[in-house]
Amino acid sequence: MSYKLGKHLPPVNGESAPYWEGCKQGELRLQQCPSCSHIQFYPRLLCTKCSGRGLSWIAASGAGRVKSFTIVRRAVSEAYEPDVPYVIALIELAEGPTMMSNIVSCDPETVEMNMSVRVTFDPWTEEISMPLFEPA
Amino acid sequence: MTDSLRGRVAIVGAADTEVGKVPHMTPMQLCADAILRALADAGLTKDDVDGLVTCNSMAEPYMYHAEATAEYLQIFPRFCIGVGAGGGTTFSILHHAASAIVSGMCNTVVVAMADSLRTGMTRERAMVTQSSSGHTQFESPYGPTVPALYALIARAHMDTYGTRPEHFASVAVTCRKHAALNETAQMREPITVEDVLNSRLIADPLRLLDCSLVSDGGAAIVLTSAERAADFPHPPVYMLGFGEGYGHEHISQAHSLTESAAGIAGARACEMAGVTPREMDFAQLYDCFTPVVLLELEDLGFCAKGEGGGFAASGAIELGGALPINTHGGLLSHCHPGNPGSMFALTESVSQLRGKAGARQVSGAELGLLHAQGGILSSHTTLILGSEATL
Repeated sequence: MSYKLGKHLPPVNGESAPYWEGCKQGELRLQQCPSCSHIQFYPRLLCTKCSGRGLSWIAASGAGRVKSFTIVRRAVSEAYEPDVPYVIALIELAEGPTMMSNIVSCDPETVEMNMSVRVTFDPWTEEISMPLFEPA
Repeated sequence: MTDSLRGRVAIVGAADTEVGKVPHMTPMQLCADAILRALADAGLTKDDVDGLVTCNSMAEPYMYHAEATAEYLQIFPRFCIGVGAGGGTTFSILHHAASAIVSGMCNTVVVAMADSLRTGMTRERAMVTQSSSGHTQFESPYGPTVPALYALIARAHMDTYGTRPEHFASVAVTCRKHAALNETAQMREPITVEDVLNSRLIADPLRLLDCSLVSDGGAAIVLTSAERAADFPHPPVYMLGFGEGYGHEHISQAHSLTESAAGIAGARACEMAGVTPREMDFAQLYDCFTPVVLLELEDLGFCAKGEGGGFAASGAIELGGALPINTHGGLLSHCHPGNPGSMFALTESVSQLRGKAGARQVSGAELGLLHAQGGILSSHTTLILGSEATL
């Protein structure tokens, strides 16, 4: 699934830059609270558990399981049409947080609930590598 | 304080525009038409309006929509606000409008919403605009459509409770059955469960007929204080309870995929109204996609958690059943012009409680529950309406 003009590129900002920098380096990064050890996604100013600040970044294992999924038969826009049918899934990471992604490198029809998956990175541009998941 | 708004504000005017494909009118014309029709229903003129609430139009957005609408109509309200919380907007703003009336901020509020998603936008632009409800960094790049985001909920409900596609389909069949009795509905041709199951897959397990319509249209209501409500041409419809609940905005941040903040909203509304779900003569439940109705039936307390599928398929939600829902045909079959969608559940409820719903009248309807949600099962508002007998 390589970048095609018209796909929705994530607008990176100061808060998310370390996350996207990690993706570029092949590392899925999550925030961890130095006070209460809570791990969270997406990146924020505060720890959503204890409201503490000064969150640090950790490298996630990249392992997760499929919490729910769908196979998209009608693309959201022309740029995504070559990918149809593509899988949109919610992945519960081994570290706890849930994130949305695509499941790739397999027949969409073989995707199942609770299936084990691991992260892989697809370079869309020089700056953006998209974290996707494939069967573990 | 939870009973402070109970019965203190009433709907004294309500009207819809033409809905479906309305290429001969712009979104602003639809909004103005809805307002003029609702005012005529209430026996008022535009100069009587001192509060105006609208939602923005996707096809013809304004920076400040309510103010632009006031200017267009040349009305000069004391309370003027444009709102945006997706489908949940319609009822949450009634909560605020009622508070504005009770606090003395204004006397006569018009709530009007209209859009032209069907003929005012290309299909691609309508899809991309609506799917911008995904998180711009962490969801939208993956290409989720709105049906795909709701399909994640449907799949989880199937996995957790054994819900089947034919359960989802029964909601679509019921709404179409009711729309067949409503001459203003966009889709009136009866359908069967098999028709739904044979329609093409959009985002598994959701099929075309599990998805609501894309429409043009608008509707408006006129609100005033209960003290003034007796002086209008039609019997007032009283607002008995409001409740809001917020769980998340983006579906990837939902704490549960199978249980929503509808439960909190419904409990708050019932507490204010002093009623239980069991007492409702009808319910209008937000039906952007069929599985949402099953979650609402459960979370609002009309059946046990996980039993929404069986409840819907039993016929209980049809006219003549224990809890008729979406008596006008809902977003699935009446019309769905985007954010204004719930307005039609509201105007339909007014018709039901006035006893003027014709062939689809719920016999002896005195009390109804309306529920709307916005985002992806994110922001919820429950509204309980009643006739004078319920005060």
